[in-house]
Amino acid sequence: MSVLAQIAQDIEAADLQNIEAAGGAGMAYGLAAIGPGIGIGYLVGQAVQAMARQPESAGQVQTTMFLGIAFTEALALIGFVVFILLKFV
Amino acid sequence: MNAPANPLAMRMEGPSPAVEVAKDLARRGALIAPVAAMVGAIFWGTDGAASVAYALAIVVVNFLLAAWSLGFAARISIALMAGVALFGFLIRLGLITLAVLLVRDAAWVELIPLGLTLIITHLGLLFWEMRFVSASLAFPGLKPKPGLDAAQASNSPTISDLSETKEHQ
Repeated sequence: MSVLAQIAQDIEAADLQNIEAAGGAGMAYGLAAIGPGIGIGYLVGQAVQAMARQPESAGQVQTTMFLGIAFTEALALIGFVVFILLKFV
Repeated sequence: MNAPANPLAMRMEGPSPAVEVAKDLARRGALIAPVAAMVGAIFWGTDGAASVAYALAIVVVNFLLAAWSLGFAARISIALMAGVALFGFLIRLGLITLAVLLVRDAAWVELIPLGLTLIITHLGLLFWEMRFVSASLAFPGLKPKPGLDAAQASNSPTISDLSETKEHQ
């Protein structure tokens, strides 16, 4: 316990703020990645279903799916950029 | 409606359309690179230009990697492609994070232009490509051709016009 108390004394308020900021930014990044993950899962599931139902249009479906994935990924990229700007700027 | 085929047994053959789209995106990225670097240089100097170029390279490599992995997996199985799409998203996000965090302390890196370029070029290139792909998919005859000027483009029939024509027929 005495060791923990010593560590707590050594940690200054500024350090605590930094830890909180890092935790908050990391959590924001993690949360921002959940939505696109769900979106891509749904999108790919529907695309596979479409390809299974109409194999002759699989090429078109794959093109649309690729663009959909890229658009959805932009949301995660925005979360990442907010993270690096909050954390390092 | 056709009976659904088994996605585990299905696979795609021939050139991957996703790779074609990604190559097109890379070509457009190369086209806008000098302009983007110039904008970065105007606002943040040489470091800004270098950061913008680095961010643009990340975006293009991300597109190419996504398309290549999807195309590669689709040749094996459609179900594998679904798995690659999901886990590829996580892996590529990790790679982007790594690529930025590795250079964040470098002298030539400006994080603000780098972050802005990541978002703007990613979305900008996609919307640019979307114009071509959406027209080609719905009505191949409407695919914009090189050399078609804006006046001609505005006079050409839209997708909704064609739909109405079909309904009347």
